[in-house]
This record gives sequence, structure tokens and C-alpha cells, in this order.
Amino acid sequence: MNPPRPKPKLDADNRAFWTGGAEGKLNMLKCSDCGQFTHPPRMICRHCQSEAMAAVAVAGTGVIDTYTINSQAWQPGLEVPFVIARVKLDDVPDVILTTNIVNCAVEEVGFDDKVRVVFDEQDGIWFPLFEKVR
Amino acid sequence: MANTEAYITGIGLSEVGVRLTRSPMGLTKDAIVQAVADAGLTLAQIDGVASYPGKSHGYLGFSPCGVDEVIEAMGIKARWHFGGGEIPAQLSAIAEAANAVKTGQARHVICFRTVYEAAAMSRPDEFPALRRDTVEGYSQWTAPFFATSAACWVAQYAMRHMHRYGMTREQLAQVALNANRNALLNPNARAITKKPLTLDDYMTARPITSPFCLYDCDRFTDCSTVIIVSAGDAIDEVKSTPIRIAATAGKVDRWSWDQPEWMASYATGPDLWAKTDYRPKDVDTVQFYDGFAFFPITWLEALGFCEVGEGHRFIEGGTRIARDGELPLNTGGGQIGAGRMHGFGFAHEAVTQLRGQGGERQIPGDPRVAVATSGGGPLAAALLLAKD
Repeated sequence: MNPPRPKPKLDADNRAFWTGGAEGKLNMLKCSDCGQFTHPPRMICRHCQSEAMAAVAVAGTGVIDTYTINSQAWQPGLEVPFVIARVKLDDVPDVILTTNIVNCAVEEVGFDDKVRVVFDEQDGIWFPLFEKVR
Repeated sequence: MANTEAYITGIGLSEVGVRLTRSPMGLTKDAIVQAVADAGLTLAQIDGVASYPGKSHGYLGFSPCGVDEVIEAMGIKARWHFGGGEIPAQLSAIAEAANAVKTGQARHVICFRTVYEAAAMSRPDEFPALRRDTVEGYSQWTAPFFATSAACWVAQYAMRHMHRYGMTREQLAQVALNANRNALLNPNARAITKKPLTLDDYMTARPITSPFCLYDCDRFTDCSTVIIVSAGDAIDEVKSTPIRIAATAGKVDRWSWDQPEWMASYATGPDLWAKTDYRPKDVDTVQFYDGFAFFPITWLEALGFCEVGEGHRFIEGGTRIARDGELPLNTGGGQIGAGRMHGFGFAHEAVTQLRGQGGERQIPGDPRVAVATSGGGPLAAALLLAKD
């Protein structure tokens, strides 16, 4: 049994991202002026400095940019091995999510694999994990 | 000498150990006293203090001593002091000290980095570990996925090098094997490296996070490293061989461990050469940050010693980066071989080699130019050091 995931402290910038899973949504902050995304989320657009930021649900699909098979139990009880990956989202240019690839054996994970979001809810936070699209 | 230059005039290193009982300030004092004596100065002549990252209140093992505490403990009358984590990387504290002495804000600056990570782990009541149950700021984007260590973040860049450019574990192993060979000749590394490492040991070692095994990671260490930076017009007061800080750089395009395509080293390398007439071919030795074994490969590429995607081939077989090779790397063992001094050890070793004081590990010839770097991910700082 894995220990609880470290819990992000919610604030105005990150709330939509960490709680969107309650409605099955992967929310990202998008600028209503220039149309670009800012991640990590911040209520000021990092491209044009507009404050017209809104959380929008994105497709939740992407590809594995790169990954690592983690064998070290960084905390007592952490089940290893597991996969940590950088996922490039299909409809969110220039944004990477560090995440876990779940629901398959670690050996099945590879570069450029197509993946989709699945949420792991713990104590009011919906952690966006990804699984392979088969 | 004109005051348009800055020099490293003194170096000091405390006992380097694992789970030391001497206090962090005691270790810092040891390194300061040694460095001041090495420069032929007295504490009364020191008028500046700089450090990275300043005291780390949330995780004392990482940085147990503040600049303010060192000023107070050592009785320094500081005209200029500087400490903080929001600078390009560890060695940027030395770069800022260089800027300070060049602009007349101080004459002799103590730059220090004290680490106590091994002792802290063994005495958690005194030095509590970083809280892991709740996270904010940058770590919220990695820690919730149990990407707890920077090893997990950097390993992904290394995996991409394997996939994209064909890097092998045998090639990556050369960083650790080189570190081990050099550390065995470094008296300061005796608590960290005790026996030879073979390629077979490496290939069968405990995996940490692919492609990294145990020997690809530096080791928590307790020690203090001190570098004294002096103004050009104060050099006459110094008795050591001054080493000129010929250029410094630390450039970042995205402050993030996972958003950028490349780590900040790749932007910093060209920026260093833009500030000097020296070129990679002029460099006699490189001391590259090796918190993880992949970093030196990225610094080789970033600084143009080879093309991007060629670093692992550059070090293949290990002869080119050996002490008698064309570009000796981490001649004291780096952090993998000599302990996690967290950046400052690379400046210490570069100065040691340029002065010809490397003892059994001294590189041949008369080395005159060295590059020391620190950092990984969004952190990157490079110093170009020259013996005139």
C-alpha cells in the first residue's frame, strides 16, 4: 500500500488544476487575450502578461516525451518499481506534465506512447495520472 | 592590477565526512580559517561574505549556516554581503562576489557553502527532514507523483539522450569510473571513496531511477567549502597564486525542472563564451557539476566541447576525460567521488589544479585555464578561471 501522495496546497492559481478531476476534467489555465496556456498555472499569462486567465478543460490526451522507471522507495512503503513520465499534451502546446503512467507493467512504457488522463482522488485532490491508449 | 578584475585568492575545505558530529558552524569556521590563511590574509581584511542558498530553515541539512551567522561568528565587518537561493546556481555566489569586488563594494569576500545532509539524516530531532506530506511552489508538480528526488527529474533527460542519441549505460558509467579513479588519489575524499569501482560493479549496481544506478548519484556529505574572491587592486595584499575569474555566466529561459526542452546549462554555455575571448580549445581541465552522472555530459555539450547529442561519445572509454587525457574532468572525484559539496567543490578543485597543488591527482603540464560549473535543471552557473 503506497503512502498518501504529497498534497498540494490549494490556492487561486492551482485550484482548477488539482480539483478538475472531480468533474473528470483536466483543467489548464488559458489566456483569453492571446489564447496561450500558462503552466504551471498562474493568474498572469506568461506569454502576454494579461490577467484574463480562465481554466479550460483540455482533451487529457498526450504522448510520453520521456520517462524513468523508478526503483528507489523514497518513502517507507512506496511500492516500486513505478514509472515517472513527462507527458506532452496533444492540445496544449509547450506544456509538460510530470506524472505517473499507470495500469500497465513498467516494461510496457515507451517513448512516444499515446496516453490519456485518469484521476487518482486522495483527500480532495484529483491527481492526474496517465494510462496507455490501447 | 586594475580593479576591473576579480581573483580567487584563497580556498578552504573542512573535514569532509559522513555523519560528522562537529557543528555546521564549526566546519564553516575550519574552512574559513584555512582559506584566509591560504590567501595570506587575516580575518580583519575580509569585508564581504557571500553564500548560496542562505540558511535553509525548512531543511537545515541542506544549508545550516546563514551569511548573517557567519558574519557574527567570525567577527567580520562586512561592507557587502549576499546570500540567497534565487540566483542561477551555487557558483553564482562567487560570480556575484566577483562583481562586488570589481565595483569596489568589497576587497576580499568569503564565499562559502556548508552542507550537513548526512549528519542531519542521523540527527533528525536537531535537523528535521524536509516535510513531504504537503507541498507548494515548484515541488507540487513533481512530489505528488513520487518524483521525490532530483534524480527522477534528471533521469528523464538522460533517458531521452539514450532514446534520441543512443547513449548507453556503459558510456554513462565513465563519469562514475573517472570520479572513482580520481577520488582514490584525493586525500579529501577518503571518507567518501574507499575502494576501486569496476565497470562490472557499475553495471550490476542497485538501480535508483533508470538509467541511474547508485553510482550515478552523489553522496550526502558534511563539510564546508570556502572560496575567497579578491579585487584586482587588492592582490598585492595576497600571498597565494591568484586565479582570475575571467568570465561568469548563468542563464535560464524557463525556471522549471520539467517544462523546458533542455536544462539551463545549454543556454549558459554559449553565454559564457560570449563574455570572453577564450575558447573551448584553450581549456586545460573542466570541473563539472555531477550531482548525477548525466550532468557532466550535458555540460560538455552545452559548453561546445562537443555537439549536442555527442557528450556520451566524447567520454566513451574514459581516456579523453582522464587526468592524462585531452580534457581532464573532475580531477578530485567530483561530488560522486568526493562528496556532495554542492557546487563549491568544483571551484575549489579548479583552483587546486591551476595552482599545481593537486598532489597525486595533479594533471600534467602547466594548466592555465579551467571551467567550473554548478547546477542542473533550471540551475546553471559557469566560471571560467585563468592563471595569468
